[in-house]
Amino acid sequence: MSGNTQQAVQSVTGTGAQMTVVPARSSEYRTGRWRKVAVITSFILPALFVYVVYVMYPIVDTLIDSFFAWDGQSTMTFIGFKNYVHLLRDSIFWTALKNNVLVILASVCVQIPLGMVMALILLSPIRGRRIFGTVYFFPFLMSTVAIGLLWTYIFDPLNGPLNHLIRTVGIQNWQIQWLSDPRIAVYAVLLVVVWQYAPFYMILFKAAMVAIPEELYEAASLDGATAWQKFWRITVPLIMPTIVSSAILAIVGSLKSFDLFYIMTGGGPDHATELLGTYMYKAAFVDFNMGYASSIAFSMFLVAFIVTVVIQYLEFVRQRRGG
Amino acid sequence: MVALIKRVLLYGLAAALLVFTGYPFLYMLATSFKTQQQFFQSPFSLFTSINLTNYSSVFQMGLSRYFVNSVIISFTSVFLVVLLAALASYPLSRMKFRLNKPLFLLFVSGMMLPVHATLIPTFILTNHLGLYDRLIALVGPYVAFSLPISIFILTQFMKEIPDALEEAARIDGTTDFGVFWRIVLPMSGPALSTVVIYNFIHIWMEFIFALVLINSPENMTLPLGLQKFYGEFSVNVPGLMAALTLATVPVLAVYLVSQEKVIKGLAGGALKG
Repeated sequence: MSGNTQQAVQSVTGTGAQMTVVPARSSEYRTGRWRKVAVITSFILPALFVYVVYVMYPIVDTLIDSFFAWDGQSTMTFIGFKNYVHLLRDSIFWTALKNNVLVILASVCVQIPLGMVMALILLSPIRGRRIFGTVYFFPFLMSTVAIGLLWTYIFDPLNGPLNHLIRTVGIQNWQIQWLSDPRIAVYAVLLVVVWQYAPFYMILFKAAMVAIPEELYEAASLDGATAWQKFWRITVPLIMPTIVSSAILAIVGSLKSFDLFYIMTGGGPDHATELLGTYMYKAAFVDFNMGYASSIAFSMFLVAFIVTVVIQYLEFVRQRRGG
Repeated sequence: MVALIKRVLLYGLAAALLVFTGYPFLYMLATSFKTQQQFFQSPFSLFTSINLTNYSSVFQMGLSRYFVNSVIISFTSVFLVVLLAALASYPLSRMKFRLNKPLFLLFVSGMMLPVHATLIPTFILTNHLGLYDRLIALVGPYVAFSLPISIFILTQFMKEIPDALEEAARIDGTTDFGVFWRIVLPMSGPALSTVVIYNFIHIWMEFIFALVLINSPENMTLPLGLQKFYGEFSVNVPGLMAALTLATVPVLAVYLVSQEKVIKGLAGGALKG
């Protein structure tokens, strides 16, 4: 299986593999093999180098740092698992983890259905679809920092449009301190998370729905199916793969969230909106408690890793069942 | 009658979502045209008078610098990502060797990684390299974290390029690099544009690496600069809204000009995978 005149197209998913085999002359075998190694190396090495320096090595180094007490400047003191023991007893860490889970829930239970509703609207017989579609997508084009700042003003208790609306409707004592009330702040930011990412799921669902053959709906209409039945019996089953991959994207993405919370509340008031990301950032770059921050950072990696493995496993099971 | 009610409900929902997604932009734009006085008198009026002084003053306060920095860093990083990812994707998608699948998985697993897990070592490394607080400090992390999705998209696409073309070229004596440069790369056009758009927008908006690796205002990118603006001029709401508008306009403009491409680019690998 060698020689530079031979290539194989190999499918990673294991389907549709095709191979072209041109037998190599035996005298060329050795040189051909080394040539191939050299070619492959020179193509992959530049990317691999950058990836190892800025992704792989830092993760390993984060794991090592997490066993030390260290301020980033002076010498490091090995303290074994103390950072992790401290972490498990740290109520802020648990609040942060809980808030990360809330982001996941908001993404999966609100954002994805909203994206689906938007896609359905864009595919319904409605006038001005183009305008609706264009505007619905706007939020996804704004940088997260800009979104955070804009919504900070929209939530402003005195001059913000949201409380103004509440005043106009006439419920004076419903003036809400959106971002400074610890019970409400996290939901206020979650609203913005939904606002920002729903359009992304909208385009995924729209693409999936457009691909459904029209005949299926026509046949269902002939059988007297209602729109509701058509949605649940035809649309939903056929876009199931998109729903699954959206949920995966939402879960993995939620674990990484940082910008909006950092900009809008900075994790406050009193850690009520802390995320693993904001807590790690503060431990590292505000308190210069690098060892402890590394243990938070590595926990984030572990959570992401476990989630990915579980998802891959479920996907594997699902595919084996032929679902 | 039922049909009419359904229609009204449909339009009502569509309009409500239009307000939900669009109003914040309208508010941002309308406020950016007001003087501070007008803002405090009528914070919610729309476009009573159009006043561009906020824009010029925001530019004078350093926004142009952030803008230039963002352009430089985005173009440099995207160019490097496309080059490195395309090079790596060629053998990963079209050659058979033992480490192929492990290497591919190593690269694409980066998509699920939280950036935070690399933040401290990257900060220390940047300091050691003497790059701290310099714009080029961002190139390494930006390129590295863009590689996974780029390689994912490009390998999927390159796999589909027919073998016949490559074989013909090889019989004519074309080298491996020649095959890559003259056949595989030109034929990957659509995937390359997806990769360019996706990475450009994400790097344009990137915040946390800039926050950790850049300190002085003259080296800040737009997202970082906006945050600094907010810290200093949070009372000047119209000025800040002008800055936000200016930071958003380039991406919106690209989107309005080529909607299909941008949507496809932003959906990235997700539309296929």
